[in-house]
Amino acid sequence: MTILDQTAARPLRGGQLAKSRNGSVERAQGRIGLVFVSLYTLLLVVFGVLPSLYAIYLAFTKRGAFAGFDNFIRVFKDYRFLPAVEHVGLFLVVWLVSLVVLVVLLALIVHSIGVRWLSTSMRFLYYIPGALAGASSVMLWLFVLDPTVSPVAFVLHGLGLNSLVGAVQADRLPFVLAVIAFWTGAGGWIVVMYGALNNISKDLIEAARVDGAGPIRTAWSIQIPLMRKWIAYMVILSFAGGTQLFVEPRVLSQASRGVVSQDYSLNQLAFLYAFKQSDFNGSAAISLVLLIVSLGLSIFFVFKGGLFERV
Amino acid sequence: MSGAAARAHDLSPAAWLGRAFAILLLIVFALFFVVPLVWLLIAPTKTDRQLLLEAPFAFGSVDTLVANWSSLVTFQGGLIWTWIGNSAFYCLAALAIALVVSIPAGYALALTEFRGRKALLAATLIVMLVPSTALVLPIFLELSAVKLIGNPLAAILPFSFFPFGVYLTYIYFSTAISRDLLDAARIDGASEVQVFMRIAMPLATPVIALVGFFNFTGNWNNYFLPYVTLPGRKAPIQVGLAELLSNVPAFNPTNAASTTISLSSLALATLIAIAPVMIVFLFAQRFLVTGMTAGGTKE
Repeated sequence: MTILDQTAARPLRGGQLAKSRNGSVERAQGRIGLVFVSLYTLLLVVFGVLPSLYAIYLAFTKRGAFAGFDNFIRVFKDYRFLPAVEHVGLFLVVWLVSLVVLVVLLALIVHSIGVRWLSTSMRFLYYIPGALAGASSVMLWLFVLDPTVSPVAFVLHGLGLNSLVGAVQADRLPFVLAVIAFWTGAGGWIVVMYGALNNISKDLIEAARVDGAGPIRTAWSIQIPLMRKWIAYMVILSFAGGTQLFVEPRVLSQASRGVVSQDYSLNQLAFLYAFKQSDFNGSAAISLVLLIVSLGLSIFFVFKGGLFERV
Repeated sequence: MSGAAARAHDLSPAAWLGRAFAILLLIVFALFFVVPLVWLLIAPTKTDRQLLLEAPFAFGSVDTLVANWSSLVTFQGGLIWTWIGNSAFYCLAALAIALVVSIPAGYALALTEFRGRKALLAATLIVMLVPSTALVLPIFLELSAVKLIGNPLAAILPFSFFPFGVYLTYIYFSTAISRDLLDAARIDGASEVQVFMRIAMPLATPVIALVGFFNFTGNWNNYFLPYVTLPGRKAPIQVGLAELLSNVPAFNPTNAASTTISLSSLALATLIAIAPVMIVFLFAQRFLVTGMTAGGTKE
């Protein structure tokens, strides 16, 4: 009897146990999940969400009262606003075009190197300048661009640039800024593209070769189309980052005796609003416009770019 | 190798030209990326006069290097060490917090179920793609509203917020560790915290290194945020470097400051400023070139 009871009871109890255990495991997981993300969520709110909301609040108010689009209209009408948009736009065009063309080209060439150590050291050489970002890379380029001390003075003279001030004249500045940005960032992207090229199946490339496709044809019809997502990723991140132009023109402005103006880029203008004119509302309005551009691109890419399909 | 050599012999003129062009391009860009750095290594061994007159890659002398060094470290009573110390403090504190915050968060997003998981993941991706500079002025406005400007926390806390690190950790845990492994530990009676500490963490070393690498190098090079939130003697080295620039008479002839900085000392300061990141780069070179760093180039 007791034995029968026990055997009859066992599966039942076992089943109940498993079920309640499953439930409690799920609850425990849910709890620990929330605990583990709590600090991060806090930082996300404090340094992502709140500053954005505060910028929105400031941009639409004046002395605490709702001001509609007044702040935006005021900064758009500022005589420095449109030139700043134009400067940033020109820089972006030059930079993005050179980035796409040269990064893809160099990645394809580096990837086609058969000798392993050579390909590795090339990638490392291209990558190293990434260690210099912000002020230090501009500082180094001040030397490179100054024909009196430059290691490539003959190149500068060849281009007709005989002084630092001449090298950073307004019409040349988008190119100068693009060269600096390319020097710091391109190596990293070449490595990224190299990784993307490694993910293309060798059979596919071999099949193309058997069909008589040369390296150019293979690159154009197979490799580049398969790198498309990564190229888009690079363009979007670089575009968003480029609109934020700040350090480079600021340091150049300091070094060129004002030839590069203090209000060259949009972020510099937003900075002047906050720090020189104490106009936080105007500053917030410019920041908000830039933030919306970045955020829009980012949201578009996360949901349409196809790089984050797991989500 | 012999196959390649044989093919090289059969190359048509067009293919030969193409190959020559490719090699030329590789070399030109290798020079473009490396020449400025090589020059920077040599410049501090020269006097300003030598910089102007001698061949750019001629080595100066060790004595001059020492002289430049002492003029730099005595500038305003060793201000450069204050800046370096500030950078180290902000970046290391931020690194510690970023790891403590990001690794568990990435783990939870990848391997646990909780309410709001998908939303948090989407928010992480979106914020990760927004350039960090886009939030600098809004963060400044916020911090100045709560009177934190000038406080070290004004750099440390924003530096610790690192959605890209959370994303890297999430990708790592969701591909490197199976849920079955964790379930097996749970059946053996391990609590959720034990599962994380004993199973997940020992396997997480590569991703901890990766997140640490990007967080540290990015923060060390960050200029804009500390420039607005930590003025004066609280500034880190990147901001200090730009500050030094205004004491270089070659760039600012009107500057009447009594203590000045020579061009070669400025080059030395730049070298010191990038040294920590350079060292990290050299140690990390093997994984840097594999393409594993995909997406890590975000500033």
